[in-house]
Amino acid sequence: MKSIINYLAEIFRGVSALIKGMKVTGYYFIHPGEIVTQQYPENRKKLVMFERFKGEVVMIHNENNEHHCTACGICEMNCPNGSIEIISKTVTSEDGKKKKVLAHHIYHLGMCTFCNLCVKTCPSNALKMDQTFEHAVFDRTKLTKVLNRPGSVLMKGVDK
Amino acid sequence: MDAEKIQPLTEEQEFSINMGPQHPSTHGVLRLMLKLQGEMVREVKPQLGYIHRGIEKMCEKLTYPQTIHLTDRLDYLSAHILNESVCLAVENALEVEVPDRVKYVRTIIDELNRIASHQLWWCAFGMDLGALTTFFYGLRDREKILDIFEETCGARLLLSYNVPGGLMFDIHPNFQKRTKDFIKYFRKKLPEYDALLTGNPIMQERTKGIGYFSKEDAINFGLSGPPGRASGFSCDVRVHQPYSAYPFAKFKEILYTEGDTFHRYKVRIDEMWESMNIIEQLIDNIPEGDFAVKMKPVIKLPEGEYYQRVEAARGEFGVYIVSDGNKNPYRMKFRSPNFCNLAPLHKMSVGYKIADLVAISGSLDFVVPDMDR
Ligand code: SF4
Ligand code: SF4
Repeated sequence: MKSIINYLAEIFRGVSALIKGMKVTGYYFIHPGEIVTQQYPENRKKLVMFERFKGEVVMIHNENNEHHCTACGICEMNCPNGSIEIISKTVTSEDGKKKKVLAHHIYHLGMCTFCNLCVKTCPSNALKMDQTFEHAVFDRTKLTKVLNRPGSVLMKGVDK
Repeated sequence: MDAEKIQPLTEEQEFSINMGPQHPSTHGVLRLMLKLQGEMVREVKPQLGYIHRGIEKMCEKLTYPQTIHLTDRLDYLSAHILNESVCLAVENALEVEVPDRVKYVRTIIDELNRIASHQLWWCAFGMDLGALTTFFYGLRDREKILDIFEETCGARLLLSYNVPGGLMFDIHPNFQKRTKDFIKYFRKKLPEYDALLTGNPIMQERTKGIGYFSKEDAINFGLSGPPGRASGFSCDVRVHQPYSAYPFAKFKEILYTEGDTFHRYKVRIDEMWESMNIIEQLIDNIPEGDFAVKMKPVIKLPEGEYYQRVEAARGEFGVYIVSDGNKNPYRMKFRSPNFCNLAPLHKMSVGYKIADLVAISGSLDFVVPDMDR
């Protein structure tokens, strides 16, 4: 007799717990407004990332195609995994002085760990983080980028 | 194959089987070599090394600020807490006092990180037991925390938000509001977790009294974090050796004495409530001030040995630095909670069924990259 009662009580407990759980799922079934899923590739146009999101390192250029990078190499030194290479060249200015300027700021996106140290340590604030995140490419050589735009020069007044 | 060569297994015979390294319920590349007798577990031998990256050795070549981004990659679910351990060690070695604002923000993000980590554990634990629904509910709430992280720290998982001397940036203007909104939201949602899983008789049958571990054993094995506290071992670093803003907050250590899988589950659920209490006490009182003290561009620690413990989501995390006065550490050793929490797996699961082993290892909440480093 006792075992039968136990058995029935067990069933009752199981069913009541089931109902309790179903109540939660049922609630969301009839409240579709509370669903948080985003339809990703479809909402691409409206999708805005947070402004601090660390997507990739880019160099800041103004409208005259000028940047702040003095080719000092501090970001290269601070990068923990060698994602940055600074290639500089020496130019002679009008008054005959030799000066080191940036030729290529090479950035390997495939090795970058988005630690933000290069952006933080750059003394002339030449770098920033961009919010892009769709980095997939068919060929990994495409992940190596030159950050200074072609033809860009050092902004006047920025010096070491 | 020749039919005669196949020997039927008698019931008493033991046989070996590999669980993992690519098994979903080992939560990563952990390989468990099992000796089974029928369905009974007779021996569990964990095999490591599948995700060994040599992080401790890599740290010897890096400067102190650079090592921080590697600690992210140990226990990635409590990345901020591990970042903090290195920062605290460096700050203590240099005797730098960080502003109160930094302490408060660090502690709040620590606790958010702990909640996010426990939420993901809850998802995965439900999945281990066969309840797929939990996965979606847990991730839904975790998303809110990740949004807070993304807005303030710039990343969702591997935050790298701590730097020696303070924080990478100041908190975002929306940070306080978002966090308060989240607490209000999650206080309503956490009871759903109980309704979905905790009260479920199947889940209770599968966890109550399973994988018992006594307090003596917990201390002997160096168990820490929620598994240790479920066995009654008071091991919360936040209480015993408070760091950052924990001295300013009132909270209690969650302790149970039962030491079974169900109570390892309970500790984490209760800890989420407790973490919300801590955040609520601190969030309105973040003092004004700098978000970092100015450090030298090249940080050199004085010669000596430094050790710092923090309470990560899975237990006590320690970082041990030996410095020879250079800009990179001479040796950096991490005491990772997951590695120590793996050791008792054999003792906990011998004599139980193989399905219980999954529940037990789920309740220990392994993050394999933290074991292997
Ligand atoms: S980006 Fe900044 S740190 Fe790097 S070379 Fe240019 S100026 Fe120096
Ligand atoms: S974000 Fe970090 S890893 Fe990436 S390029 Fe900058 S310093 Fe290197």
